[in-house]
Amino acid sequence: MTAGKNKILVKVVEISKVNDLVTRFSFERIDGALFPTFSGGAHIVIEMKDGEINRLNPYSLMSDPMDQSRYSISVRRDDNGRGGSLFMHRKVKLDDEMVISYPVNLFAMDLRASKHLMIAGGIGITPFLAQIKQLGTLQGHFELHYSCRSRALGAYAEALTDHYPNNVHVYFDDQKQTIDLVNLLKGQPLGTHVYICGPKGMIDWVRNTAFEMGWPHETVHHEEFLAPPSGEAFTVNLATSQKTIEVGEQQSLLEAIEAAGIDAPYLCRGGACGQCETRVLKCDGDIQHNDHWLDDEQKVGKTHIMPCVSRFAGRNLVLDR
Amino acid sequence: MSEFQFPSSIRSRPIYGKFEARAGKDCLMIADAEGAEAILDMVQKSDDSQEMMANTHIIYIPKHTEETYVEKLKALGARQFYLGVSYEASVPRLRHILTNAHMGLQVYLAGTEGVMGQAQREAIEAGIPHLAIQMEHRGSVARRMQCVHCKGITEDVITDPFICSHCGLNLFVRDHYSRRLAAFQGVRVDAEDHGNVPAQVELYK
Repeated sequence: MTAGKNKILVKVVEISKVNDLVTRFSFERIDGALFPTFSGGAHIVIEMKDGEINRLNPYSLMSDPMDQSRYSISVRRDDNGRGGSLFMHRKVKLDDEMVISYPVNLFAMDLRASKHLMIAGGIGITPFLAQIKQLGTLQGHFELHYSCRSRALGAYAEALTDHYPNNVHVYFDDQKQTIDLVNLLKGQPLGTHVYICGPKGMIDWVRNTAFEMGWPHETVHHEEFLAPPSGEAFTVNLATSQKTIEVGEQQSLLEAIEAAGIDAPYLCRGGACGQCETRVLKCDGDIQHNDHWLDDEQKVGKTHIMPCVSRFAGRNLVLDR
Repeated sequence: MSEFQFPSSIRSRPIYGKFEARAGKDCLMIADAEGAEAILDMVQKSDDSQEMMANTHIIYIPKHTEETYVEKLKALGARQFYLGVSYEASVPRLRHILTNAHMGLQVYLAGTEGVMGQAQREAIEAGIPHLAIQMEHRGSVARRMQCVHCKGITEDVITDPFICSHCGLNLFVRDHYSRRLAAFQGVRVDAEDHGNVPAQVELYK
């Protein structure tokens, strides 16, 4: 199953500034066919040909999951990131042709829930925009608590409160407004599922609080894409392909493997899905594990690595790839 | 001793654990007959049983044990204690509790498979994932069986084969279980050769 590896050639049909940091991009298919429908919470991987580098970055779809005419995403500019968001903001123009993957959902709603409690931080709002549209069709019951830096930077906050005044609660950091989490979780009727998308600190805070209050694990969902961290360049030996590759400072191991022409599995490219898990055959040095997929034993034992986000420092690393 | 070690079987057959006190403000404990022992054991082992009991609702159906455990259970000091004459009689109360409950409710079910299974079904329908519902088997190993032919339910089946209380067929007791029906499946034992019915044996004897 490699849904994420099926590609679609698209054309950029909309670039709209949402606020100082966030821009919305919409795509239509070049072949004139319909996009597949998807489920709220799904993401696509966008290929960016940025000079020498070929970037593949995941973005949550925010458009209506039943709208097969176009896909939309919102990209937050990260001036200190590896450059994917800057490429989208600065280089991508209307009518540009791009390649995107089929949608993949690692943050689906559990439709058995009688109520969906959504907690968003910053740009983490995007998957919820699609989920809320999906729930509109299904007449599902939701409540959104959206925390953002300020009114000016609260992407889609106004539209959401206009459309759903009784379901949407927005909190502005600069007005010292915070989610009263314990009381919020305490009052949820049986059958509620909670979904969190935002910075790591927020995800940990909500998950830990929910578990301490006795919420079952199956009812607590989160999505956290890690951007691959940059670091020192390093060399890796790939045993199966009999190749030695260099991983650049701004490059991820997965990207370096792909650049060497090797077809490696992936889905999320953010350390979450487990698809790219690779066996370590020899390791003389330290693996910088940045994923939240491997368990502690695998990490400490240096038996496996997630090439999408993890790096290496040392003399020799041999992978089963 | 009210505990019984079920032999390992097919995946469909439910397995039961030992109660462990878990985080969560409100508790709902449901037990029939010897199931009372599982509740008493857990509460005695708990460090903050008073706080737990202050937010606990116990539904207890004594069946043949009559008064054996009633006073001991009452002495635990639960916020609410309900003595039911039968599982069926306690269902309206159970549904009322679940309808008004909040996320974080911990559900503990103890006793026979029939009562645990039916209460589990109610809890699942109310929105609790089945793996989050704790169950500890105590007492009788009798089963709640569904006849796959007439769909009738026969309670407290203790022999294999048994006679369906609805259609009268001789049914083989399978380990194939349905959470939705809260029942094991009974299949006609002499389907191929009518009248050739093996002698009844007591379950697990």
